[in-house]
Amino acid sequence: MSGEALAAFELQFTELRRRRRLTTALGLSLFLALLLASAAIGNFSPAALVDGAPKLGEYVERTLPTLRWTSLGADLTYWFYGLRKWLELLLETVLMAYLATLMGSLGALLLCFYGASNLSPNAWSYQLARRVAEFFRTIPDLVFALIFVFAFGLGPLPGILAIALHSLGANGKLFAEANENIDMAPVDGLRAAGANWVQTMRFAVLPQVLPNYASYVLWRFEINVRTAAVMGFVGAGGIGMELITAARSLYYEDISAILILIVITVSLIDIGCEKLRHAWIGREALE
Amino acid sequence: MIAPAAAVDAGRIAAARERLPRAFGRPLGERLWIWSGWLAFALMTSYCLWRFEFSPYRLWTGLGELGVIVAQMFPPSPGDAPREIFWALLETLAMAFLGTILAAIVSIPLAFLAAKNTFPFRLPRFGVRRVLDCLRGVDQLIWALIFVRAVGLGPLAGIMAIFISDTGTLSKLFSESVENIEKKPAEGVRAAGADPIQTLRFGILPQVLPMFLSSTLYIFESNVRSATILGIVGAGGIGFQLSDRIRAHNWEEACFILIVILVAVTGIDWASKQLRMWLIGQRS
Repeated sequence: MSGEALAAFELQFTELRRRRRLTTALGLSLFLALLLASAAIGNFSPAALVDGAPKLGEYVERTLPTLRWTSLGADLTYWFYGLRKWLELLLETVLMAYLATLMGSLGALLLCFYGASNLSPNAWSYQLARRVAEFFRTIPDLVFALIFVFAFGLGPLPGILAIALHSLGANGKLFAEANENIDMAPVDGLRAAGANWVQTMRFAVLPQVLPNYASYVLWRFEINVRTAAVMGFVGAGGIGMELITAARSLYYEDISAILILIVITVSLIDIGCEKLRHAWIGREALE
Repeated sequence: MIAPAAAVDAGRIAAARERLPRAFGRPLGERLWIWSGWLAFALMTSYCLWRFEFSPYRLWTGLGELGVIVAQMFPPSPGDAPREIFWALLETLAMAFLGTILAAIVSIPLAFLAAKNTFPFRLPRFGVRRVLDCLRGVDQLIWALIFVRAVGLGPLAGIMAIFISDTGTLSKLFSESVENIEKKPAEGVRAAGADPIQTLRFGILPQVLPMFLSSTLYIFESNVRSATILGIVGAGGIGFQLSDRIRAHNWEEACFILIVILVAVTGIDWASKQLRMWLIGQRS
């Protein structure tokens, strides 16, 4: 290699490295500025965190019951004294999530063909479907619930409607994206055979995307169980009501008991959905 | 040789049905299974509808009420204190930012402890993963409720709630990136005589850093959304302003805050997506 080429390479390399370092330095200083600004706005300092940690420990300690080996059974019964009521409310929570997922997904099913750029009848319907889904997805479900509680009254119904609307937005987007990735040959074939738009969607698109939909619906159900568990915070049904009452009235041991039940329920639902998903995919692969 | 259409008589159809019964429909047993599946589905759904009192009358009156509320939302107005609302928005963004940063810092060592290829001891790894699952299994809002009780009202509770619940999420995402790394660059660097620190810096970090940054940005987006509601239980931010207005039936201001949230969330999503694309594009 000639000395000239080497020098040129060196020059280029130094230049490139200089530019890289400049970008990194700029990024880091921007990041630091944002961090300092956030700390100032949020009244946050590491000291506050260090200060808060022991208070948290104290709180957690207070929520834990006294369990003795000698009277474990009696202590557990005392701790979970409300088990019947709580299990009933957990069932309500899961059923709320079920109904909301079902309603939201049916709505998404209506929306998703319009929201797919390759299937939508025209640009207007595409934009409209996408914007509707975006709106319902961006407003948090708890905000919908907060408003619906005034319109429909307290109880699970406003909670279900709120979760359903949010699911409609979230699944509408996912379904539409699945639709955009299909093989278009069956669509062309059916169109050529004279099928109308609805028939084309039913017989050319749906069979291709149904497994994707099923997996999205299961996933949404898992999320919705978690959401349904907090709907009670605004009076919209489920176990959340019991939890926020316990927290507000300082029934410390109830908090830990209910939390444990929620974690168990959520984990069981997750495991169940995982099994169902595998069973579904396994069967598809076998056929 | 294909038989002409006229030659297809009942006898041939019967013979075909004999030979290939499944081509003409599912057997009775299987059909019964499918029908009972649909029946169970219908029964469960109607039970839910009945249990939760979904009556057309209730829905109709509720929709009427909702219409009244929506009508009262327009025109949206910032009320007397627009500055307060924008300050609360900034507070929300700051909460999401700080919570995400804290979670990301703690998640880096945890991710290496939860990844199979960097932490080969099965039992402790299992323990780390279950703890992370628990952090993730409890909703952020529940954490916020607990922290509000423990450290008092305000953004600190929100920051801690985001921090704790996203330590679970980010550690899992990070550990998946760590499990997917290529061994060869690290081996190459080591073979060239690098010490362990240099191996980490030049063999492993360049592979995982873009993934880490991209996951963190993604979680930040999701946190901006969830931080907008943490205020409902008193953990600071714009959610507090919003729930305050809704509870006071101040619908015009509630609508204004909703619009502010929509615009802010969409803007952050867009900016973060651009940054993510740039980060991933630049490295690959």
